Amino acid sequence: MAKQAVARKPARRSDFLTAIPFVLPALIGLTIFVLIPGIRGVYLAFTSYDVFTDPIFIGIDNFVKMFQDELFWNALAVTSEYVAINIGIQTVVSLFIAVLLHRFTRSTLIRGIVLMPYLISNVIVALVWYWLLDYNLGLVNSVIDFLGLSKFTFFSDMTAMPTIALINVWRHMGYTALLIFAGLQAIPEDVYAAASVDGAGEWRTFRSITLPLLRPVLAFVLVITITGSFQIFDTVAVTTGGGPINATRVFSLWIADKAWGDFNFGYASAISVFLMVLLSIIAFAQTKLLRASESDLER
Amino acid sequence: MKFLKATAAVVTAAALVGGMSVVAQAAPKASGTITYGLWDSNQKAGYVACAAGFKKATGVTVKVEQIGWDDYWTKVNAGFVSGKGYDVFTSHLAFFPEFAAKKQILPLNSYIKRDKVVVDATYQPGLAALWRDPKGVQYGLPKDFDTIAVFYNKQLTDAAGVSAKTMSSLTWNPTDGGTYEKTIAHLTVDKNGKRGDEAGFDKTKVATYGIWMEGSGGGDGQTQWSFLAASNGWKVNDGPWNNNFHYDSPKLAATIKWWHSLSEKGYMPTFAQQNGVGWSDQLAAGKVAMATNGSWMTGSVFGAKSDKFTPALAPTPVGPTGKRASMYNGLADNIYKGTKNPEAAWQWVKYLGSAACQDVIASKAVVFPAIPSSTKKAVAAFTKKGIDVNPFYVHITGKTTFLFPIGDKKSQRNDIINPVMDSIMSGKSDVSALVEMNTKVKALFK
Repeated sequence: MAKQAVARKPARRSDFLTAIPFVLPALIGLTIFVLIPGIRGVYLAFTSYDVFTDPIFIGIDNFVKMFQDELFWNALAVTSEYVAINIGIQTVVSLFIAVLLHRFTRSTLIRGIVLMPYLISNVIVALVWYWLLDYNLGLVNSVIDFLGLSKFTFFSDMTAMPTIALINVWRHMGYTALLIFAGLQAIPEDVYAAASVDGAGEWRTFRSITLPLLRPVLAFVLVITITGSFQIFDTVAVTTGGGPINATRVFSLWIADKAWGDFNFGYASAISVFLMVLLSIIAFAQTKLLRASESDLER
Repeated sequence: MKFLKATAAVVTAAALVGGMSVVAQAAPKASGTITYGLWDSNQKAGYVACAAGFKKATGVTVKVEQIGWDDYWTKVNAGFVSGKGYDVFTSHLAFFPEFAAKKQILPLNSYIKRDKVVVDATYQPGLAALWRDPKGVQYGLPKDFDTIAVFYNKQLTDAAGVSAKTMSSLTWNPTDGGTYEKTIAHLTVDKNGKRGDEAGFDKTKVATYGIWMEGSGGGDGQTQWSFLAASNGWKVNDGPWNNNFHYDSPKLAATIKWWHSLSEKGYMPTFAQQNGVGWSDQLAAGKVAMATNGSWMTGSVFGAKSDKFTPALAPTPVGPTGKRASMYNGLADNIYKGTKNPEAAWQWVKYLGSAACQDVIASKAVVFPAIPSSTKKAVAAFTKKGIDVNPFYVHITGKTTFLFPIGDKKSQRNDIINPVMDSIMSGKSDVSALVEMNTKVKALFK
């Protein structure tokens, strides 16, 4: 640590000047597409705005209305349900696939196959599963019926959210597995060799070596996937469209409804701001709790 | 070119301002290119042909774009916001009141007056009034209309021994469902081959449903329950733009209660089961005997003919009033207020509302044009294609139509109504919930 601080000191000023041209392109994009709309969105959250007339400043009215809106609590509940099922299952399955890939195969072909669902467009995945899982015409229920079991309604108000969460587990598990797999490859072989010499089995090796050394990568993967998961939109929009009743009216869909359906852009911005704050808190908490910036690999 | 367009705009603006005082002014010449949007892919060919005719008549080029229903409305709304929307677009009664309230579409009165367009008498009775706000501002000229009928699979009715004559003379009442329910029950078949009206019918293992449910229908139930409720003497309100809603009427409650009972008896899928692939695919797959829907689906349903599906049509049943009933809905074209070329846009709208275009549309046998002479041509064109569309047309000749519930605050009304209707149709709420719902809907207008 001390050595780094000494080395950095004289270089600081010239670094800044050199950095500008490198940062500039990204900075322009960030300013135009993230900062300006972001700040404007925060401003709009405190206004009544229907796009056609100028925004009217109304203070925190939108937020007061939001916390009293039963659809807000509904959105929070169903989105959380989605995230819990999606992330919970996806992380376990991906970790399992990644460890399998790491321990038992060197084949690029298999790694490619694992990634395949992710290469298909979200909308197509959603549409195909919607057909496959249809109560009356779907292949899945035909098989269930053939086996003599009673058919299952995959898109009822009780099952629609879990079904959609699992469709996205199917699509994303390979991609997440590859991210974790990259982390596994960073773990030195000699640690495993040492464990093997000490007589550790697969489970013990996984629990005492793989998992602790994978922690920073897992933390990164969780921050990315949870943030992405909270923003679920396309699969719901293509399949249930928020129904039955409001069982799948997740945040993003609700925001789009309010903005483009009701032209209530002020209110929609307020909900978006809430979602942004919520995600920031979650991401920050995760990074802290999982100590994502530190690694146990330093020796 | 830009200069010319700008000049044209100024001239038009001047004409608009001066239009009232300058009587019998000739229509200025339109030029340039305008964009036109529609959502129904079946109708695109017809309107492309109309655009060619319009180009010949006026020299104005119309670019026709078609995108699916959901994306279409997103694009129309986004066009309002960005100012780069379609110049002219196919509009719907469910949406145009909000567009008008937000001042996004052009009032046509001054153009109509200038060009001496006869509005009401040109079209099927009542259609033009649908596109007029309570103050008398006209926003569109009717281009077509639609009514409701029963689409059914003739292979399944033949197998059940139900004749076409029986299908076309069904009666209904909310107490025992009449011959309408008897037929639906008889057309329902379980896994063991037992029909819905036979002893031992297993409603948990239905192989073929008698009728398909297409959602709860929300506040208008256009294709789901409106034709039943109306044949039971129910009206949604006291006329177009009226806010005295009657969702609390026992007549509606009885209708919806009966309708829901079909899924309890296993003749119709439950709300959860119907959530998936749409009714027309279900019907075409031979897993459903019948489904009620609108005339705009005719081309698509009859196009799905296969060895499992022989499409046929029957009129909606006669209800307790002694008459059939069908919601009467029609489309028209709206002009975007921000169009750079309002003169060309208006002339295109006028052309779309004229027999020149509507006869072309009629010849494609996809929808019913709004001008009576063109309607007849469309019926003939359908017949030529081997499709008997009288089950739709019977509502026009028999004057058994009622108007689409047009009014303000549609999306707020939907926010209140849809969850309640969905909840009733899922069996989670009793129809008594309609009373409180009606109070909430009416409160929107206080």
